[in-house]
Amino acid sequence: MPILAIDSLTLAIQDKLLVKNLTVNIDEGQRWGLLGKNGVGKTTLLHSILGIFTPNAGEVKFQGENISDISRQELAKNLGILFQQGISTLPATVMETVLLGRHPHVQTLLRDDPQDLAIALDALKELGLEELIHRQVDSLSGGERQRLALAMLFAQMPTFFLLDEPNNHLDIAYQVKFLEALNDRLNQPIKNHASKVTSARKASLLIATHDINLASRFCDNIILMMGNGEWISGTNIEVLSSANLSRSYDCAIEMIESGTNRWFYPR
Amino acid sequence: MIATKQSLLLVLLVLLTIVSILFSLLSGSVELTLIQLLSELSQPQNELHSQIIHEIRIPRTIAAFITGGLLALAGAIMQVLLRNPLADPYILGISGGAAVGALSAILIGASGWWLSNAAFAGALASVAIVFGIANRFDSWSVTRLLLTGVVVSAGWGAVINILLTTSSSNNVQSMLFWLMGDLSQSNVGGSHYLLLAAGLIGGLIVSRSLNVLMRGELVAVSLGVNVNGLRIALYFSASLLTATAVTIAGSVGFVGLVIPHMLRLMGARDHRLLLPYSILLGGSFLVVADSLARTLIAPQQLPVGVVTAVIGVPTFLFILRSTITK
Repeated sequence: MPILAIDSLTLAIQDKLLVKNLTVNIDEGQRWGLLGKNGVGKTTLLHSILGIFTPNAGEVKFQGENISDISRQELAKNLGILFQQGISTLPATVMETVLLGRHPHVQTLLRDDPQDLAIALDALKELGLEELIHRQVDSLSGGERQRLALAMLFAQMPTFFLLDEPNNHLDIAYQVKFLEALNDRLNQPIKNHASKVTSARKASLLIATHDINLASRFCDNIILMMGNGEWISGTNIEVLSSANLSRSYDCAIEMIESGTNRWFYPR
Repeated sequence: MIATKQSLLLVLLVLLTIVSILFSLLSGSVELTLIQLLSELSQPQNELHSQIIHEIRIPRTIAAFITGGLLALAGAIMQVLLRNPLADPYILGISGGAAVGALSAILIGASGWWLSNAAFAGALASVAIVFGIANRFDSWSVTRLLLTGVVVSAGWGAVINILLTTSSSNNVQSMLFWLMGDLSQSNVGGSHYLLLAAGLIGGLIVSRSLNVLMRGELVAVSLGVNVNGLRIALYFSASLLTATAVTIAGSVGFVGLVIPHMLRLMGARDHRLLLPYSILLGGSFLVVADSLARTLIAPQQLPVGVVTAVIGVPTFLFILRSTITK
């Protein structure tokens, strides 16, 4: 059974059709990229997977169950999202912010469970932020803030990661650090809420991005949205071709191969 | 480090509460020393003093503390609900509705129990009207709630002005006292303590969710908070707390807006701390303000709402300034 099944999903905003009858099965441990030009509905699709946006038709199932039948808290234990807007700049320390990621798992009423503190600290370490633990969020640079947002998501320990344009505002060096941390986390087996490994299962990922090369390097499967409701899904190699991409982005896109990597650029 | 700073704040607040209560018990036309007060409290000797303390000053002090606590707690909740720093307990028209109820009661010559219940009924009517209009559409939108509240408030304002301009000058005096907030007619009982305690316990139970909701609706939903259910619960509990406070003392301004802000600026952003701290600071603040209100121009009394603004505005500006330069 796929961990996430998108079944005949149709999304429209007012009378603009974003995607029609989208059917995609995402298996455990898979990494999917969601590509398409600006305004094509990538964010809306992510939101409909979270149950924040109600689809016009079709359904999304998580582990076989329609997501609208799953309680918000139960869903949040499994599905975690990094929003495009990043984290808010309300006054708060780095540690306070990361701890919010533990919210769906918290068992204690008022006191902070040492277990949660340890998980939050581990998440900060994974992103190299442990030195900044007492800093105020609004004193961080854009790159640090984006890594903090990922740390908060790591603390949530979802089994399915949704990322919306995570590379916004990141320069190349930060992009590499960010993706390495994400890659390391996805290669680890899933831990339970007490941070113990109980199975060999690995988390899955769906990453919405306009960066074709990021998706090409990082994802084994791709959903390409065409902008008129049509879509193509399949393996990285099948979907990412000059012809498909040129049609989706409405702009001639060429490919060069170097070793096992493929690079795409506008002509 | 953060933990010690927060416990220091708690110690300060508890001390402030004790000092404010003693100050209130010592203030009044009959001069008492601290030693006289403490000996009367432990072992009554002077009948007049004992009577003044137990029948006048203690009930009045408790009324001030409860009202301040209710308003500050309601304000803290309202600020999360509306995610708006300008939100205060009165922004959704509760005090307007209560005022129309109370002023109408004064107009027909009612007082005491009738006045309180008219105010409470007016407040509840306003809560129901605002919720009914704002919730007519499927989704529960904070902006619509805020706009509805502000517009309904303005409507009540018009009715209040009509009542004020058409009443005899005798009535206008009591109406103005009610509008500015006044504890001289107040009467506090067991149900008020219970409500404040229930508000605090309920608030603490959802305090982590409030911390998450503060970060925005989408974030809260994605972290597993049932945002719609929580908001409706917040709306009704803050409304009930406010309606009760207004029923005790009229619309005392400033406490609900400024006390939670002061505490946030002093670092108590976590609602697990902010809610209990708001009750302590709001309560003791109103106790001090009321002591001043009844002694500054004795034998006349000032409306306590005037004093809260006179002390609160400079204090708040001072804290705001010192945290910005930090």
